[in-house]
Amino acid sequence: MGLNILKDGVDVKSDAFHANRKAMERLVSELRENVRKVCNDRDPKTLSRHRARNKLLPRERIDQLLDAGSPFIELSQQLAGFDMYDEQVPSGGIVTGIGSIHGRLCMLVANDPTVKGGTYYPITVKKHLRAQEIAAQCSLPCIYLVDSGGANLPRQADVFPDRDHFGRIFYNQARMSEAGIPQIALVLGSCTAGGAYVPAMADESVIVKENGTIFLAGPPLVKAATGEEVTAENLGGADLHCKVSGVADHFAKDELHALGIGRKIVRNLHLAASTPNVKLDEDAVVREPLYDPSELHGIIPEDLRQSYDIRSVIARIVDGSEFHEFKKLYGSTLVTGFAKIHGQSVGILGNNGILFTESALKGAHFIQLCAQRHIPLLFLQNITGFMVGSKSEASGIAKAGAKMVMAVACAKVPKITVIVGGSYGAGNYGMCGRAYSPNFLFLWPNARISVMGGSQAAGVLVQIEKEQRSRKGNPWSKEEEELFKSKTVESYEREANPYYATARLWDDGVIDPADTRQVVGLCLKAASQSSPQTSKYGVFRM
Amino acid sequence: MGNSTSIARRSKRSWSSLANPFSQAPPVEKSPAQRPIEKILIANRGEIACRIIKTARSLGLKTVAVYSDADRNSLHVRRADEAVFIGPASAQLSYLSTTSILDAARRTGADAIHPGYGFLSENSKFAQACHESGITFIGPSAAAISLMGDKSASKKLMSGANVPVVPGYHGDDQSHELLQSEADRIGYPVLIKPVLGGGGKGMRIVHSRDEFLDSLRSALRESAAAFGDTRVLIEKYIAQPRHIEVQVGDFIFGDRFGNVVHLFERDCSVQRRHQKIIEEAPAPLMSDDFRNSIGQAAVNAAKAVNYENAGTVEFIVDTATGEFFFMEMNTRLQVEHPVTEMVTRQDLVEWQIRVANGESLPLEQKSIPLQGHAFEARVYAENVPRGFLPAAGVLYHYNPPPASSTVRIETGVEQSDAVSVHYDPMIAKLVVWGSDRDMALAKLHNCLSNFQVAGLPTNIHFLKKLAKHPAFRAGDVETHFIEHHKNELLDFSESAKRDVKPFAALAAVGVCIRESFRRPESRIGGPWHTTSGFRVNNPYTRKISLDWMPESESLSCEPMSLDVTYSSDNEFLVKFAGDLSCVRLTAKRVASSGCDITVDINGISSTINYGYYLQKSAYHIHVWKDGEHHHFTTALREAYDTESHGETSQRLTSSGGSSKLTPGAVASPMAGLAVKVLAELGSNVKAGDPLLVLEAMKMEHTVKAHISGVINQVNVTAGQQVSDGGILFHIKAQES
Repeated sequence: MGLNILKDGVDVKSDAFHANRKAMERLVSELRENVRKVCNDRDPKTLSRHRARNKLLPRERIDQLLDAGSPFIELSQQLAGFDMYDEQVPSGGIVTGIGSIHGRLCMLVANDPTVKGGTYYPITVKKHLRAQEIAAQCSLPCIYLVDSGGANLPRQADVFPDRDHFGRIFYNQARMSEAGIPQIALVLGSCTAGGAYVPAMADESVIVKENGTIFLAGPPLVKAATGEEVTAENLGGADLHCKVSGVADHFAKDELHALGIGRKIVRNLHLAASTPNVKLDEDAVVREPLYDPSELHGIIPEDLRQSYDIRSVIARIVDGSEFHEFKKLYGSTLVTGFAKIHGQSVGILGNNGILFTESALKGAHFIQLCAQRHIPLLFLQNITGFMVGSKSEASGIAKAGAKMVMAVACAKVPKITVIVGGSYGAGNYGMCGRAYSPNFLFLWPNARISVMGGSQAAGVLVQIEKEQRSRKGNPWSKEEEELFKSKTVESYEREANPYYATARLWDDGVIDPADTRQVVGLCLKAASQSSPQTSKYGVFRM
Repeated sequence: MGNSTSIARRSKRSWSSLANPFSQAPPVEKSPAQRPIEKILIANRGEIACRIIKTARSLGLKTVAVYSDADRNSLHVRRADEAVFIGPASAQLSYLSTTSILDAARRTGADAIHPGYGFLSENSKFAQACHESGITFIGPSAAAISLMGDKSASKKLMSGANVPVVPGYHGDDQSHELLQSEADRIGYPVLIKPVLGGGGKGMRIVHSRDEFLDSLRSALRESAAAFGDTRVLIEKYIAQPRHIEVQVGDFIFGDRFGNVVHLFERDCSVQRRHQKIIEEAPAPLMSDDFRNSIGQAAVNAAKAVNYENAGTVEFIVDTATGEFFFMEMNTRLQVEHPVTEMVTRQDLVEWQIRVANGESLPLEQKSIPLQGHAFEARVYAENVPRGFLPAAGVLYHYNPPPASSTVRIETGVEQSDAVSVHYDPMIAKLVVWGSDRDMALAKLHNCLSNFQVAGLPTNIHFLKKLAKHPAFRAGDVETHFIEHHKNELLDFSESAKRDVKPFAALAAVGVCIRESFRRPESRIGGPWHTTSGFRVNNPYTRKISLDWMPESESLSCEPMSLDVTYSSDNEFLVKFAGDLSCVRLTAKRVASSGCDITVDINGISSTINYGYYLQKSAYHIHVWKDGEHHHFTTALREAYDTESHGETSQRLTSSGGSSKLTPGAVASPMAGLAVKVLAELGSNVKAGDPLLVLEAMKMEHTVKAHISGVINQVNVTAGQQVSDGGILFHIKAQES
């Protein structure tokens, strides 16, 4: 056992460590402050109106629903929609995440009626769909805590018509229900128009007396359309839907009662078919890492261009800091090996520099190995890309990269990606970027994502622009060139920023490096709820 | 113990020739029927059965326990080598059944029976039956029991021997008219006492002529149930404040060679409901001369009946005059024998077994030491504010202070055992020794502070107050001590003035740390099966509503809302709703224990003891810190899982029915058997009128009307078992 313990030479008393830590802690506290604001800062008037109706905030509702004191992985998306629109839409107006109810993992999707009445912005739709995608991928029962005015009318064109727009929510409900993944709706507020389909499409639904309403058109629209005058409660309240229409199944006297019924529904789910039939060889006693995870703050260099040994990160994530390294001496810019996180087996791929042909081949080999053994994969991305140049091209680096991408795309094991530094170019693909549908993808606050670095991009663009201009006989002044360069760098810098990425749901959230072990451990478990599958691959270019 | 070889060497049959301090005593032929004791059947239950098993074990003897239906899983059954079932829960049919017990002894081949105290311990017929069956009865002869058990006869004997006795009537004529006229003659107040038995059962104080017949009948019922005998005696009840009574028992021991020694006195003055709750040895403020003269009197009394084995002669001492009166002699090992053991450094059960085995007394009078001071406090399951009513229930949490050479815990229960309604509700005896009275008392208080019981009401808090009371500390004790000091002793309101908040914060954090208690099953396991409250980038704040349950029912339970923020590993920030105060603490579960937590508040770390259990859909949390104890409940969230549209959504409080009672409802103050229903449907009652006689733990309790009015509902019939808080009657209030 002891043979595999990672030893690293991190000097926690060094000046560099202190400087790094200071920088990272600034990023982390900025992150926490931003999250605190989106979670808690609400217009006092809206809030008091909400409270006066005996309603809880979405995160409070979730806390009531979950097993008390148990963990909750709130997804992405705390910062979804951050600085995206003219107005702020905290968390994209919806709270999603994974938590345990009576010891069963569930996906929770809760509208936030204190944000624009819970209406669906484009980002709200995207976040809702992402939560459903995770639920479908991980076989997690879905609990919808509905309290929404439906589509955001001024933005209907970006919300309504396309494939991945509002309608997809109900499509997903139908398909998940088909797959035996329970769909449960708790109607805690209004469910108007399209929103009415969330409870209607659910397997089982609960509605709260007085607060909950379900109708295709509200009283004002009904009056306009037919002249009928009717109260919201009579039109689509709990009494009507539980006693007459049958649109809802359980009558709740108040919100807490509804949440209690929700817990009871989950307790009575019977998921015999979808419980994992192969148990992971979990360790009975989980050993904490030998190194303090919070030391990661001092290990990650403030300057992204500085390299560091990814094993120092692995040593602070895995059980007992034990890492059984695979092919250590070959393709050493990619570190691969086996470890356990919270007792769960995992195969880890971490970057220790640029990917060379050998590193890519090693990666493809290792991914196949893990897929064969049904071992989940953890990618720790800190990658500037594949090596360029004539020597590389001649060695068939494109072919080698393609093999790795093929392996990543086809391996049917749970995959989790954490971007711990840069994520540039095809390196993002080979290391299981968003396009490769990892079950979960998280960013550290120091992460940068773009097709290439800002200055490289500026260099390329300047080159092209210069050629065009010289063809037109309109050469660039030195000043113009510099201005163009700095603008490009600035725009790349802005768009590579983790806040820019997370606001657009390119990931499932920005996390504190010190929480990586916790988050990955919980997500691994969540991703292992369905039965193992056999991987098949396409044609590997040999 | 001076001489421990005799039992071990009994095969040599040289009982009296061994190192014997009474070597001048002539050798006595053992009766041919007697076998050497090798196996003892204990005809008892609870702590005393466990106590006897312990000594028997140490002497290398085998033990047999007997048990009723109610005791199938009791500790004494688990502790004994063998156990025999002897009948239903009712003691009459089990622990009082001579036939079943002798049968059990025969079947297991027991040579001797130790009767413990209570039950058959002072039943001369049983002692005789043992003798006839060739089984050694570990106790005095049947003749001595019957003589001393008959209080009238023993008093006559004592007055004949010029031992002063309290004025009274001890005659055989038991007609109610005669008893009434004797009571009139003696002058009120008088005490009605059953001729047989003791322990306060069937005793009544009568303050006036009007009450006499009612009290008499009730005393007769109770003594019939307890002892199967209805003969009573009447005594002058010494109640005038200037006649302070001290109850002193001198422990005496005799062997079959005619030797009698006393092992000094115990003071058992502090009583409630005529039952002792704190005993001590030696008696406080007693001069050596007085000690010797009272000891000598006890020896003489015992010698007058050729007493053998352990017994206690009780005297009433008038401290004002220095007179003492013979009261009675208890022909058994008494509950409070450990205090004598502590100050004399003897094992009295061992003495009993040896003497019963035909050995002579191991020590002569002058070699019996008297060292230091000992206290015994009886921890009862009882409801002190409701007039010490017996209680029953499950010991969800039971954690007595650690035993040592100076601290003994005599008990017959363990955690999660039940205190049943069928027998005496004593949970344990706490016995402490100190080099002097002050030190022993300090130790007593300290041990009581660390005596943790949760799940049923106990008298621990009351015992602590008693141990702290200045008059008690001064040794100023007498039988009416509790009555005289009840204002201080029974005032529980001071706990309300104390700041409960730090305890509430500890309770809330305890709930958070202990949460897995409520999550027995988890389908996921691993990292999700924690109570870390982990959240991404934003700390988890948990709202916890607690009800503080004051010790006294006169104080209403106090709801509190707390916000517990899980700030980092094991660190919590507790805030109180509507209040700026907060408590920041780090808490770690003590690995070795299920429910203790080490807490660090402002740099001071200490271990907090918790007791948790679920009862009546509420979650109970008991917190002990620095000897203080508080009890909280929190509603089970699962209450919301019910689908009824009724009142479920109101927070459930655990206070049970009492708060929701309609004003006219008469609730049962305890679980018990309805012995006699005194009120009829439609009858007019005045506040204070007796409605029902209830019996539990062999004690009768009269349920009285709390308001005047007409009985418009009767839910109980005689012979029916009623539950605690059950509605017995309903009175329609009448404006007077």
